[in-house]
Amino acid sequence: MGFESSNCKIFKKKLEASSLKFPTTMMLSISKSVITKFCSERIAKYAFEYAYLNNRKTVTAVHKANIMKLADGLFLESCREIASRYPSIKYNEIIVDNCCMQLVSKPEQFDVMVTPNLYGNLVANTAAGIAGGTGVMPGGNVGADHAVFEQGASAGNVGKQKFVERKTANPVALLLSSAMMLRHLQFPSFADRLENSVKRVILEGKYRTKDLGGNSTTQEVIDAVIANLE
Amino acid sequence: MAKRTLPILKQLLHRQHPLLSVPSRSVTYMPRPGDGAPRTVTLIPGDGIGPLVTGAVEQVMDAMHAPIYFEKFDVHGDMKIIPAEVVESIRRNKVCLKGGLNTPMGGGVSSLNLQLRKELDLYASLVNCCNFPGLPTRHEDVDIVVIRENTEGEYAGLEHEVVPGVVESLKVITKFCSERIAKYAFEYAYLNNRKTVTAVHKANIMKLADGLFLESCREIASRYPGIKYNEIIVDNCCMQLVSKPEQFDVMVTPNLYGNLVANTAAGIAGGTGVMPGGNVGADHAVFEQGASAGNVGKQKIVDRKTANPVALLLSSAMMLRHLQFPTFADRLENSVKHVILEGKHRTKDLGGKSTTQEVVDAVIANLE
Repeated sequence: MGFESSNCKIFKKKLEASSLKFPTTMMLSISKSVITKFCSERIAKYAFEYAYLNNRKTVTAVHKANIMKLADGLFLESCREIASRYPSIKYNEIIVDNCCMQLVSKPEQFDVMVTPNLYGNLVANTAAGIAGGTGVMPGGNVGADHAVFEQGASAGNVGKQKFVERKTANPVALLLSSAMMLRHLQFPSFADRLENSVKRVILEGKYRTKDLGGNSTTQEVIDAVIANLE
Repeated sequence: MAKRTLPILKQLLHRQHPLLSVPSRSVTYMPRPGDGAPRTVTLIPGDGIGPLVTGAVEQVMDAMHAPIYFEKFDVHGDMKIIPAEVVESIRRNKVCLKGGLNTPMGGGVSSLNLQLRKELDLYASLVNCCNFPGLPTRHEDVDIVVIRENTEGEYAGLEHEVVPGVVESLKVITKFCSERIAKYAFEYAYLNNRKTVTAVHKANIMKLADGLFLESCREIASRYPGIKYNEIIVDNCCMQLVSKPEQFDVMVTPNLYGNLVANTAAGIAGGTGVMPGGNVGADHAVFEQGASAGNVGKQKIVDRKTANPVALLLSSAMMLRHLQFPTFADRLENSVKHVILEGKHRTKDLGGKSTTQEVVDAVIANLE
């Protein structure tokens, strides 16, 4: 999954479960975090390939290898190995707690961030929040053969019942994700038109849903986007 | 006092609105895993200025670390046919970048440029003639794409001497070729948000030949109700081009008129040295200088190494988009446009005195 926030992109592995729960007794539950070389390598490969193809300068690996020495250590090893194949892209590592602190104080230092599953969820939502909120960040999921586009951060979030009833959900995130989808399908001109229109509507500021400080409904934002299409 | 104001000043400059500052497009794009794998492209330096300008492209691709490998082949205009290995390489790589190949005048020897297009059935030739900021021309707001049928028409190459002193030249127009070029023109307009397609013809004189071309265009136009379609006779078209070129958007033409219209449009928008273009067919694409593609330039330009590399650099940006490396294409185009805007390094055809190498160095220096 990747999305843009303060101009930084975050990738996290989707497949490996961060928690496999094994109830041993009524009073004890054990959670396993599984990290494999195979999955770590391929997410690192994707992150560096992404940085290369999109003229990004730095890839930062987020980890907690000082505590989870073997698991996150394996993740880091894979990242370092892939980094050596891209000498022109800067690579650095940051521990996840320091990362969260840096994100909220100096987010400009981050560019592309590659993370395991759980940290990615947290880092992505934090980064989305500081750059404007989860209602506006585009994103998606991609594998070797398929791609699923959805809202960038909090993708599984279905929102409060209040938003559904008052029809005030923010459509921007999914509109921008669908622009990503249009690029993925190789219709760049349509993607450009959509993105330009959405950005213009945001810039004008007349039609904004509640999470962006306005009081428009979803339909009003859509009408504005359609009116702004070239 | 200065110590306190400096950080405040820095903050103010930093807070400059992103849409008002230097235009660097931040585009959200999710590539598929493996999209960064390098692609092989056939490279034919050609004759005259060809090696100079293709050398420029090679240098810039290298500087960008673009995922492109060139497979270079030496082909010259005095060869009888294009060597089989070159054609095979293009069939394998699907994409080729070439400089001009010298075509001897008269004598019944066919042009190798033409041969390549026919061999690979590159039926559409595309030239984008547009104004560049910083390059003043008589007309502003020119943005014309000329789509030219590349395989038949007056270039069918069917000529014979009936009796000594009388030569017949056959112009062949087929429904099949007219339909597919019209289809390509409308599809191009649709995919690129263009509003109008204009068919250029001389059907008042060549009623059957150009009439067939127009019929095919009208039929395809009916399938695209969102795109305006109109027709213009080629002589009126030339006059309109030099007086009110802003009225044209996408133009679809048969072979010969396309050659003339493309060169005229290129000339009014800045010259054939800067317009990008290429040839495309169902399976292959060959990128070369947009207008006057077969032109190998004067010997003087070759000797002084003052050929304009801009056209081929922008065509190679088109090629990068074709190969689905849009960010590299953007970087290259922005750099070239920046160099043109600054105006410090320009070759003679744009009014400057720089050599090819100086322009290339400027482009490389301006890469983000």
